[in-house]
Amino acid sequence: MTADGTAGVLTGREIAAGEELLDRVVRFGRYLRQLGLPVTLGQIMDFVQSVDQVGFAREDFKLAGRATLVTRREDGPLYDEAFDLYWRRSTFAEDAADDDLSNLVPPDQALDKSESQLPPPPNKNREGREGEPERRMGQSEVEEREQDPDAEPDTQLTYSASEALKGKDFAQFTPAEMEQARRIMEEMTWKISQRRSRRTVRARKGAYLDLRRSLRTNMKYGGEPFELARRRQKLKPRQVVLICDISGSMDRYSRLLLQFMHTVEHGLSRVEVFVFGTRLTRITRQLRARNIDGALERVSQEVQDWAGGTRIGESLLTFNTRWSRRVLGRGAIVLIISDGWDRGDVNVLRREMARLQRGAYRLIWLNPLLGSPTYQPLTRGIQAALPYVDDFLPVHNLNSLESLALSLAEVTDRRPVRRQTLHLPDVLNAER
Amino acid sequence: MTTGGTTSMTGTANGAARISSIDQVQESLQGRAYIADRSLATALFLALRLGKPLLLEGEAGVGKTEVAKTMADLLRTDLIRLQCYEGLDVNHAVYEWNYAKQMLEIRLLEAEGSAREGALREIFGPEFLIKRPLLQAVEYTNMHPGARPVLLIDEIDRADEEFEAFLLELLSDFQITVPEIGTIKAATPPVVLITSNRTRELHDALKRRCLYHWIDYPSIEKEEQIIGARLPEAPRTLARQVSRFMHELRQVDLYKVPGVAETLDWASALMALEQSDLRQETVDATLGAILKHQEDVTKVSGGLSAQLVATATAGDE
Repeated sequence: MTADGTAGVLTGREIAAGEELLDRVVRFGRYLRQLGLPVTLGQIMDFVQSVDQVGFAREDFKLAGRATLVTRREDGPLYDEAFDLYWRRSTFAEDAADDDLSNLVPPDQALDKSESQLPPPPNKNREGREGEPERRMGQSEVEEREQDPDAEPDTQLTYSASEALKGKDFAQFTPAEMEQARRIMEEMTWKISQRRSRRTVRARKGAYLDLRRSLRTNMKYGGEPFELARRRQKLKPRQVVLICDISGSMDRYSRLLLQFMHTVEHGLSRVEVFVFGTRLTRITRQLRARNIDGALERVSQEVQDWAGGTRIGESLLTFNTRWSRRVLGRGAIVLIISDGWDRGDVNVLRREMARLQRGAYRLIWLNPLLGSPTYQPLTRGIQAALPYVDDFLPVHNLNSLESLALSLAEVTDRRPVRRQTLHLPDVLNAER
Repeated sequence: MTTGGTTSMTGTANGAARISSIDQVQESLQGRAYIADRSLATALFLALRLGKPLLLEGEAGVGKTEVAKTMADLLRTDLIRLQCYEGLDVNHAVYEWNYAKQMLEIRLLEAEGSAREGALREIFGPEFLIKRPLLQAVEYTNMHPGARPVLLIDEIDRADEEFEAFLLELLSDFQITVPEIGTIKAATPPVVLITSNRTRELHDALKRRCLYHWIDYPSIEKEEQIIGARLPEAPRTLARQVSRFMHELRQVDLYKVPGVAETLDWASALMALEQSDLRQETVDATLGAILKHQEDVTKVSGGLSAQLVATATAGDE
């Protein structure tokens, strides 16, 4: 990237001013990185190169930077703000056509280039996305080759703990026991069930003919097709979407569930995580950058309505309208963890649950209260939601997490029979 | 098979050479009934000049694919389009052998009694190769010296990670190796436009290789301009009211927010019904042109649509 990026950038230009510009641009890139934009050196070189093309009219310079340095829609406004802070108006010639480099260096920055000269970040909440681990590409490909194509997924849980601890409700855990539970979970390995993708791979047996390989192999028989090479559908782990209630007492269970999801093969790379109290927040990216407690800490700072009660229906509405199209593709398993104490509109909850179930391959509701033998799902929220839930499971202790792992590993290619009653808003309104 | 030509990597091929400024891109697009704001024009201009792929993201129906078509027209070159889907593989994206033809050839050679040694070489020759979009795009400049095609990789988010990884490789050097034939390299890289509806997150590595632009829903004024450009016969009042209505409608919580494509469909529908301004009865009857979910239609028709119509027609009496 640098090879084609640097060559000839500054040809025919005043060298000293050019170096000054380069320095300024590189430091602008570093500034953006501090703010959490994943800017690479290659992108900075592209930016420098584009300056050669568009000139120094402020607006064009800014737009060129946006096209080369920003890779996510949500970073757009942050970039604009950072640009305005970093590149003062005095930096630019008033005349749009003038691309003379001599007036590029602002007086206040020309002498001292120390780090402290960088303007403060416009929005502190946005920093700290750097160091986000990259998803590895083609990883599943390698793994595909290594494992026996017809082997069953390994659903064995490999850990041991005192039975007493495993059966104890998380709510009664002491801090020491919490720590112990975490260590136990770290030793777990388990897999999420796989789905058949539409990509095919070579196989001895399979539903598809590999024409190319067949023709090659049969050349030795003079083109007579004696041996047929085959392909089969490639298996890929299903996408998992977690929607966690973090209001009040649910916070503890949600944390442990997240901890638990970390132990799945590939960690959280195929898991989308949302949390809600009265509003829904996506924390997938935060979770990839840091540990669970750090991420939740950050979320709790951002979400002001932490203990303001629960609005499951409204949160699911946000999910259905804003996120479902982006995260529910290709047979996702959706897990909602909540005790079902809902302060919102029950009709909204019912409607959104119906919709969510239609979009999800499997919809699982996890309820810690299910651990209690006397629990009856009688609250309005649970009553409204239950008809649309494929599985209703407890998550109050380690044993229940263990059985959750088993059921996630065993989600089959066959969807459970659903008898969703057709939802007609008018009928519901009449009921009310 | 072919080696890199004498043309330089960026900006000197026939089409790109004619484009010398951002304004020119913007005006040329407008001349072809595509209304682009300056940031999109900048991104396109840089894509041409730096020879880098441009990743266009945006909700469905905001005109991502249309940009590519218009650019091809503007550059007077061909548009090569690859529609992505899950499991898209080399056979459908790059090349495939024509097996039926190969089998027939084997039969013919047998009938002639030709030697088998040579037969193998022949049936894996260029005349048995079916070229798919990516190979076509790479080969294009070798066939049309000095010209760059527009390569549209449409809805990349529908393809899987394996294809994304392959694409990353292709975009870095624009060469394709067919084991039986050899390596084919583009003398001049094509103009690459990649679109995504964001139904999933793309890999960061791919994004870093591209210039990026998010196409947003248009402002009221821009949408009105678009209607005017695309449907020149549309009454001005209708165009203005439709744009205002759509703008308001997009603020409502909908499962599927309508794009510009829907706006144009709807405006044509209203014109077919010989409407010169918005009326609630007609709006309710034609909501199917803009809202594609039963729940959304139920939500909007009746009270809400009356309100929206009132806002859209305010001051137009």
